[in-house]
Amino acid sequence: MPTTASPAHALADVAASESTLRRFLHGLPGVDAVGLEARAAALGTRSIKTTAKAFAIDLAISMVDLTTLEGADTPGKVRALGAKAVRPDPTDRTTPATAAVCVYPDMVATAKEAVAGSSVKVASVATAFPAGRAALSVKLADVRDAVAAGADEIDMVIDRGAFLSGDYGKVYDEIVAVREACGTSARLKVIFETGELSTYDNIRRASWLGMLAGADFIKTSTGKVAVNATPANTLLMLEAVRDFRAQTGVQIGVKPAGGIRTTKDAIKFLVLVNETAGEDWLDNHWFRFGASSLLNDLLMQRQKLATGRYSGPDYVTVD
Amino acid sequence: MASAFEYAPAPESRSVVDIAPSYGLFIDGEFTEAADGRVFKTVSPSTEEVLSEIAQAGSEDVERAVKAARRAFEKWSALPGSERAKYLFRIARIIQERSRELAVLETLDNGKPIKETRDADLPLVAAHFFYYAGWADKLDHAGFGASPKPLGVAGQVIPWNFPLLMLAWKIAPALATGNTVVLKPAETTPLTALFFADICRQAGLPRGVVNILPGYGDTGAALVGHPDVNKVAFTGSTAVGKEIARTVAGTRKKLTLELGGKGANIVFDDAPIDQAVEGIVSGIFFNQGQVCCAGSRLLIQESIQDELLDSLKRRLSTLRLGDPLDKNTDIGAINSEEQLTRITSLVEQGEAEGAERWSPACELPSAGYWFAPTLFTNVTQAHTIARDEIFGPVLSVLTFRTPDEAVAKANNSQYGLSAGIWTEKGSRILAVANKLRAGVVWSNTFNKFDPTSPFGGYKESGFGREGGRHGLEAYLDV
Amino acid sequence: MSERNNERLSVFKTYKLYVGGKFPRSESGRVYEVTDSKGKWLANAPQSSRKDARDAVVAARKAFGGWSGATAYNRGQILYRVAEMLEGRKAQFAREVADAEGLSKSRAAEQVDAAIDRWVWYAGWTDKIAQVVGGGNPVAGPYFNLSSPEPTGVVTVLAPQESSFLGLVSVLAPVIATGNTAIVVASEKAPLPALSLGEVLATSDVPGGVVNVLSGRTAEIATPLAAHQDVNAIDLAGADDVLAKELEIAAADNLKRVLRPQPVDDWSATPGTDRMTAFLETKTVWHPTGSLGASGSAY
Repeated sequence: MPTTASPAHALADVAASESTLRRFLHGLPGVDAVGLEARAAALGTRSIKTTAKAFAIDLAISMVDLTTLEGADTPGKVRALGAKAVRPDPTDRTTPATAAVCVYPDMVATAKEAVAGSSVKVASVATAFPAGRAALSVKLADVRDAVAAGADEIDMVIDRGAFLSGDYGKVYDEIVAVREACGTSARLKVIFETGELSTYDNIRRASWLGMLAGADFIKTSTGKVAVNATPANTLLMLEAVRDFRAQTGVQIGVKPAGGIRTTKDAIKFLVLVNETAGEDWLDNHWFRFGASSLLNDLLMQRQKLATGRYSGPDYVTVD
Repeated sequence: MASAFEYAPAPESRSVVDIAPSYGLFIDGEFTEAADGRVFKTVSPSTEEVLSEIAQAGSEDVERAVKAARRAFEKWSALPGSERAKYLFRIARIIQERSRELAVLETLDNGKPIKETRDADLPLVAAHFFYYAGWADKLDHAGFGASPKPLGVAGQVIPWNFPLLMLAWKIAPALATGNTVVLKPAETTPLTALFFADICRQAGLPRGVVNILPGYGDTGAALVGHPDVNKVAFTGSTAVGKEIARTVAGTRKKLTLELGGKGANIVFDDAPIDQAVEGIVSGIFFNQGQVCCAGSRLLIQESIQDELLDSLKRRLSTLRLGDPLDKNTDIGAINSEEQLTRITSLVEQGEAEGAERWSPACELPSAGYWFAPTLFTNVTQAHTIARDEIFGPVLSVLTFRTPDEAVAKANNSQYGLSAGIWTEKGSRILAVANKLRAGVVWSNTFNKFDPTSPFGGYKESGFGREGGRHGLEAYLDV
Repeated sequence: MSERNNERLSVFKTYKLYVGGKFPRSESGRVYEVTDSKGKWLANAPQSSRKDARDAVVAARKAFGGWSGATAYNRGQILYRVAEMLEGRKAQFAREVADAEGLSKSRAAEQVDAAIDRWVWYAGWTDKIAQVVGGGNPVAGPYFNLSSPEPTGVVTVLAPQESSFLGLVSVLAPVIATGNTAIVVASEKAPLPALSLGEVLATSDVPGGVVNVLSGRTAEIATPLAAHQDVNAIDLAGADDVLAKELEIAAADNLKRVLRPQPVDDWSATPGTDRMTAFLETKTVWHPTGSLGASGSAY
């Protein structure tokens, strides 16, 4: 079981042993799927107009982790992405920068250069992303590599196989080890790949497991499987960070990733944040969107609000 | 709720509905003034604005309407079921087409949020007509013997809390089975019923099959007491229901009553807490708690009382009260000054009897009838607010220690309409559901309705069922 | 009771009420004279008071939980056992019915046979009625939704005045088959078959209190029962029009389910399910199924 010290908070004892951890996770309240999805759908009917919409669009832009995670990524592609993150709309300098760019570890150095001098962070997926099927030593090397290259944030994937087979201690230990490898400079996002965890009960347990092990952010998914971020699984994770702070005083961030493509979708997520975790999370230090195409839709909607005309794809940059 | 993310007003447009300055009674296919020329005003409870002036039916008008319905009965009941079905399908479709208009109208006249009229009332209204339309030519297969016969003229009196939905619950099964109807909508919410008359016109429904008589309690009394009425259906208060039961005693009128409730919403310690909180909220704050099946008594297992109440209070703080036409409004206006007075007086009584009152910070509009979401803790079975139906956004919180105690407390009521059970343990749901004396039991959900699902009470919550195959029985001579 | 043996003096039977599984006299100490159709004295029957009615309600309420909670199979077995017990006492009941209704021996025997068959009929219904009148409802959303019939509770049954035994069984058996408990007010002028039925029920595994039999003046007993707040329903079969209306008005005080008197030409005709469904409530239980349909919640 845990080889490093657990975080110092009210729930520190929970991870004292495999059995206490299991008892805790299985003692969490159950999730009724229909009720959860109905609540998420109901919040999705909020009508966000005019000033509220303008506020939400800028907030959403500022929360984007602009992402490219392709085998075909090149330095050129990453530099273009960095430029876009720093200045999303070249025609309107009041447009906020995105929160971060998100790249593979070997692109971190390039990305750092591209965003140098701006507020934009560089996040890197590590730990044998997206499958996470590698030895711990390999995963840790992956993390150290990214951190050494200057990554501000590490997006790790958990071992879903271990989680699903009930080996919570192994998952916990890996997160703790990665957390340690991140050092003091990088914030850690823990990806559960919610689509593979399959049940909402599992997503709630994974959320608490991640938070207990020292995650700075809990993140839905890699974007590489069939089901990624949904309003319901994000709502569930928002409930988890809300309850975790109530019990420990420690605030944790949330990052839905994958599948959020439109402004309308993004605003629905912000409503979830607003009415579940609350306004303390309405800040890119605590909430992010893992996305790529979303940004252009936000920009087009922003132009529409500013000019009153509908914009088109030729008026935002292709990257 | 104070937040950096303030939702700007998002009002639904009023222009989709055109309210005339006055409306008549709808008798024998035509709008007509009351015989004695009386009228009353209907106001928007959120602003106190007068919406329209409505003819008020008196006993002479009841006479005319019942006669018209009787005349129409012969042909209507003799129509092949498949033809009656098509009329009802037409009505259902027209309701769908005009649903935005009707939703806005209902919100204006009733005070409930547009979110509810748009997403709950109107879809259910259309669905109800669709459902019963399909029964009209299948009555032989409904389990009431071959060729079950209609009763004749149905006198129907409906409440103000779901004006158009209650109309649908009454009229759809009545027409499907071959009856004709005289319906009295509530005096505070007559408009959607009068618009429904126009839908009957558009659908080409034969004259006299549906007659609408706006009016007060005396109009309703004249209707249910009319000797040529064969069937009485009433939804409303238990006190009036008893009066009606006495009125029809010794006659051959068939009677169904859907009356008050004091639903227990039972939360066990192994409940899915976040969903339970949502269920508690929709259980008592849906339609400002003006729902006969509201979960107005929250029974919490003592071991999770603090945790659950914290969550519930936090959730109540996010409820948005205000302009019912705003698409983001969760809590609208109370339907009338009279109802507001009743709620206020019961809440004052709750305080006087020593229960602890709590409401979230909540600014009430200056005009109109409003009541903040309210919960009472330190409530026992002996408190008035734990026994009497408040019919408002007021939740009484009680605790229990064991499942047996929960069941005993839940059943300790003159009413028996609804109940809720929250637990992740399947066998507990089934065991508790089995012991609850209530007509509708929602487990791990609350306030769900469907035209296929029979609805109605035990004990003083009334008798007979509306909805589903069971709902046909009330309108058949079986 | 006619003399059957000229060589010895017969032993008269003292007819008693049947309440809570016991055979009390009326607490009032009153009896009234019961005669045959020709006016010949048959017995003195207890003349129940409002307090006897009250005691019967207490007994019926106490028995309700166990009886309604018994399995339908178990109730069916017990109702069938009633038929078995009656079969063995046919002669007695035929005699009592003949005396009460002025029927020939063979006609009276037919009535008793039909009554026994009626118990058998309802014995078979106990575990079928829920399947016939209940069922799943295909709601438009991710919910399992099931409607089941449940007994209304404590039912007062005013037994038919004319058909002292077949009529009585025809109104009583459906009430208890579905799990209700009953307070039977026997035919006023012909109560003896009803009181004897109590003896049969007591030896047929019917738990005490499930059926309570009162004899006396129908109006006197029925009036407090119709107004009683702990009675859930009333069958007015044995009431005339005037009494039926009064009782229906009184019954409105706690919204009792009221089955109005209906003309019955022939009690031996096979009954439908109406007398069962009259005293059944429909309970509908919802539960999420775990996948979401088109509709969302209100909040």
